[in-house]
Amino acid sequence: MSKAAASALIIEDERQIRRFIRAALEAAGYRVLETDTGKQGLSETAAHKPELVILDLGLPDMDGIEVVRRLREWTSLPIVVLSARMDERDKVTALDLGADDYLTKPFSTGELLARLRVALRHRAVVGDEDSESIFRVGDLCVDRVHRHVTVGDKEIHLTPIEYRLLAVLVKNAGKVLTHQVLLKEVWGPGYAERAHYLHIYMGHLRHKLEKEPARPRYLLTETGVGYRLAVE
Amino acid sequence: MTDQRPNPDELLDRVQREQAKARRGKLKVFFGASAGVGKTYAMLSAARQYRAQGHDVVVGIAETHGRAETMALLDGLETLPLKAIEYRGRTLREFDLDGALKRRPALILVDELAHSNVQGTRHAKRWQDVEELLASGIDVWTTLNVQHLESLNDVIGSITGIRVAERLPDKVFDQSDEVVLVDITPDELLQRLHEGKVYIPEQAREAIQNFFRKGNLIALRELSLRRTADRVDDQMRLYRKERSIEGVWQTREALLVCVGPEAGAEKVIRGAGRLAAQMEAPWHAVYVETPELQRLPATERDRILQALRLAHEMGAQTATLAGQDAAQVLVDYARQRNLTKFVVGRAYQGRRPWRRSFADRIGRLSSDMDVIQVVRDVPDERSAKPAQRLDWSYQELPRFAPRRYGWAALACVLTALVATPALQYFDLANIVMLFLLTVVLVAMKLGRGPAVLAAFLSVALFDYFFVPPRFTFAVSDAQYLLTFLVMLAVALIIGHLTSDLRFQARVGNRREERLRSLYEMARDLSGVLLPEQIVDISRKYIEGSFGVRAALLLTDERDKLQPPEFAGLSVDLGVAQWAFDHSQPAGFGTGTLPGNPLFYLPLRAPMRMRGVLAIEPSDARWLLIPEQRRQLDGFAALIATALERVHYIEVAQDSLVKIESERLRNSVLSILSHDLRTPLTVLVGTADSLSRSRPPLGEAQLELATTLREEAYRMNALVDNLLHMARLQAGEVKLDRRWQPLEEVIGSAIKAREQLLSNHHVTVSLPPELPALEFDSVLIERVFCNLLENAARYTPPGSTIEIGAHIEGTEAHIAVTDNGPGLAPGSEDAVFEKFTRGERESTSLGVGLGLSICRAIVQAHKGRIWAENVTSGGARFTFTLPVGTPPTLADLPEENDLERGATEE
Repeated sequence: MSKAAASALIIEDERQIRRFIRAALEAAGYRVLETDTGKQGLSETAAHKPELVILDLGLPDMDGIEVVRRLREWTSLPIVVLSARMDERDKVTALDLGADDYLTKPFSTGELLARLRVALRHRAVVGDEDSESIFRVGDLCVDRVHRHVTVGDKEIHLTPIEYRLLAVLVKNAGKVLTHQVLLKEVWGPGYAERAHYLHIYMGHLRHKLEKEPARPRYLLTETGVGYRLAVE
Repeated sequence: MTDQRPNPDELLDRVQREQAKARRGKLKVFFGASAGVGKTYAMLSAARQYRAQGHDVVVGIAETHGRAETMALLDGLETLPLKAIEYRGRTLREFDLDGALKRRPALILVDELAHSNVQGTRHAKRWQDVEELLASGIDVWTTLNVQHLESLNDVIGSITGIRVAERLPDKVFDQSDEVVLVDITPDELLQRLHEGKVYIPEQAREAIQNFFRKGNLIALRELSLRRTADRVDDQMRLYRKERSIEGVWQTREALLVCVGPEAGAEKVIRGAGRLAAQMEAPWHAVYVETPELQRLPATERDRILQALRLAHEMGAQTATLAGQDAAQVLVDYARQRNLTKFVVGRAYQGRRPWRRSFADRIGRLSSDMDVIQVVRDVPDERSAKPAQRLDWSYQELPRFAPRRYGWAALACVLTALVATPALQYFDLANIVMLFLLTVVLVAMKLGRGPAVLAAFLSVALFDYFFVPPRFTFAVSDAQYLLTFLVMLAVALIIGHLTSDLRFQARVGNRREERLRSLYEMARDLSGVLLPEQIVDISRKYIEGSFGVRAALLLTDERDKLQPPEFAGLSVDLGVAQWAFDHSQPAGFGTGTLPGNPLFYLPLRAPMRMRGVLAIEPSDARWLLIPEQRRQLDGFAALIATALERVHYIEVAQDSLVKIESERLRNSVLSILSHDLRTPLTVLVGTADSLSRSRPPLGEAQLELATTLREEAYRMNALVDNLLHMARLQAGEVKLDRRWQPLEEVIGSAIKAREQLLSNHHVTVSLPPELPALEFDSVLIERVFCNLLENAARYTPPGSTIEIGAHIEGTEAHIAVTDNGPGLAPGSEDAVFEKFTRGERESTSLGVGLGLSICRAIVQAHKGRIWAENVTSGGARFTFTLPVGTPPTLADLPEENDLERGATEE
């Protein structure tokens, strides 16, 4: 809310849903544009250049995933996807195509606003990455300059891969990262099919950082989709 | 040869034998040399002892012949009442097979194994009753005299001069599990006879007195002792074989006995049977039908068939082959089946000395095989007895047809008339040609008999009208005698050839007809879609091909045969059901219930029995003719296959309908669920907006907004479950199985149900050595969610919910335990029952659905799920997941490389 009057475009065919999202966003200080079809959404985005897009995957005229693809052809503005489908594959596809985050219907407006905040912040820091060299959440503290990880007062020793995994998550803190993205970032493009590496290293990381690894406080699982580092 | 292991085939054979025996009851035979040795007495005493040991023993039938000592033994043994059977106005009493099967004792005593049953009982012979008892797993003890054994029948007949009608196939005796020889010395037996201790029917007193001569008794005793000794020897050999004592495995010998049309074939077969038994070798009895043999009168063909049947009963594999040269066909057959020894009846000396004997011919064709000649019997009264003469479809042309002879005579006279004017122009030699032509034509058109007549007539006419001196039968020139001879010879040869050809053509036609009807039936059946059509087609073809009446009996869903729609036949469903259940033909012409006028042929399809074909044959012979029977079997196989095909069409259609309706239901369900989401989202969002609205709501309003929101979430969970169920049921769910730690889904499940669990203590204790498991994370998360939700809902606030896991064998056991009130006793399984319409509505709806989804998901992962109460109070839900071998990290690049990469970053 430091950035006054960020504009958001809602692409959603259900009027009732648009209405409460608009209410919530306006209450949070956003300027809100709305549209009910994918095609209009695409042209509105081009015409009004909103700072972020909230996109429903189930649109009447075209697949939401297609909208993500088209948008990503020319813009890197944050896209938060709304999905009523149970199939995780749609969400993963949207995320892998470049959507920034997702929400499964029904969702609380608090959640929505939190996601939007994270998405906007990441866009903002793309330019000057060094601004936040130390990441803190709860007792966890990651010093990215010195590669130093502490939980409370305790210093945690991480292996290089574990550190890299954590570093990728920190860089995208608050944002969901799909298995694919994490595998590519940490291990490289050749490892896309080896999701079990990720599960195993995430397990290691949790055992080192979490008080109760089975009930993580920081390293959250988005089942079937990926992982998210908590920011609050 | 140093290999001491039994060969695999032998082992398999042994295993199969043991398995078959495990299911069957055991047969114990009390075996004696003659009546009066005390078999029944021995059997009953043994039975009393056995009963005293606490076994369930029932006397099925015991022939005490009024002897007091024997009667006394029956005292205290349960005795099955006999069945009364009306036969020709008299009431006869027989062993009650159905009563025995119904009573199902562990052991039943059935006296006199060789007894022939009264007509009207199910089987013709008592040993068949015993077979059925054994097949149903009941042990049987029985008695038998040596003279009743089929293979010894003729030997004993020639010793004692008495032929017994009641004969027992040797295989029944040989396959019995135990034989107890009841033996007393002939002197002692004679003594007992003298004392009147041996039962002798009044009317046969004299004949029997003859039988009980000391010489006879000694011979019988020797035979029974020897037969028992053979058995013991066999057992010893079997034992050695099973224990692998023998070092070298002998190649298996097998006999082939040739069945011919000559009288005495039965003796040859009995001889071969004995040989085979002594050699412990399988044997084949083969009859080769040459064109020559096909022309035999029906009586003789019958005798051959009877002989084959005897061989079959004695345990031989029988076959009827067709061919020109019997010896060649037999040798080929023997080579194909690796049979090493031929058994043939010895030919009578002096008959056709210029012809090589059959044995010689076989010997020449197969120098590497042994040929054993067996003495042939002089035809005895039984085999000479003419069999019933009945007409059958394979009828030859009538032997005598006056009409054709008339035509032949007419042709000759016409030739003579035509030739008379020609005499002026042609030589006598050419005139002969005209007659010759006539004879050939007659032979071709009218057959052998008329040809012979034509030949003689032509010779006569030629001689009388043409050969000088004309108009007398005197012959002036001797050279015409040669002409006559040639004409006769030509007529006979041509006649013979053409009638042979005709016969061959007829045989060929018949064969073609048979094949064509099979082919046509197959073609007609191939397009059929309904069982009723099969019934019609089968009747059409069977009745058309054989001229008999037939009906097709089909089964209902519970394998019970239904009466046929066609009411023309008086079908006995009981017999038909028996044939169906035992997959054996029954009724007329068979060993089972032969008194029934119909023949019942079970229809065996590749998968199972499909029905029974009931046929009303004109006579028993009809069924014995191999060609006929083969064709009938062919029809039966076609019908069975068609029935099976139609059955599967029905099954496929049913399942298609089921799939369609399932699909429809699921799509409705999923649209419903999807559409419910939107208003739920609006509800949650609006409630949220309300609670965040400014100015802030009052306390009470805020609580209302929160309730609204929570209930909307709860409803959403229900919708989720519904959707999941719909998808699981549709089989649409493809498991996205991955190797992952269990911890992760437990964590996300707890987080997803955070709100609901806020008043409960949830603890997770997973052993550190718990390996990664392969599962679909989304679905297993749902299992945890539902189990947690269930626990949260049914335990009071403040309860503890514990999630634990351990490995047991190849399964990971994962348990969610609470310390709440636990499950209602007896409801442990019921909680997983799928919610079905009209049942289990009301309060348990949501939970029932949730738990049944858990079960569906776990089962899709090849696991199990169950609920139980823990002794310390509370309920525990446990599910299993298979433990496999998770992929390793072995192929991961060295961490050092990555470190270098990382520092360069």
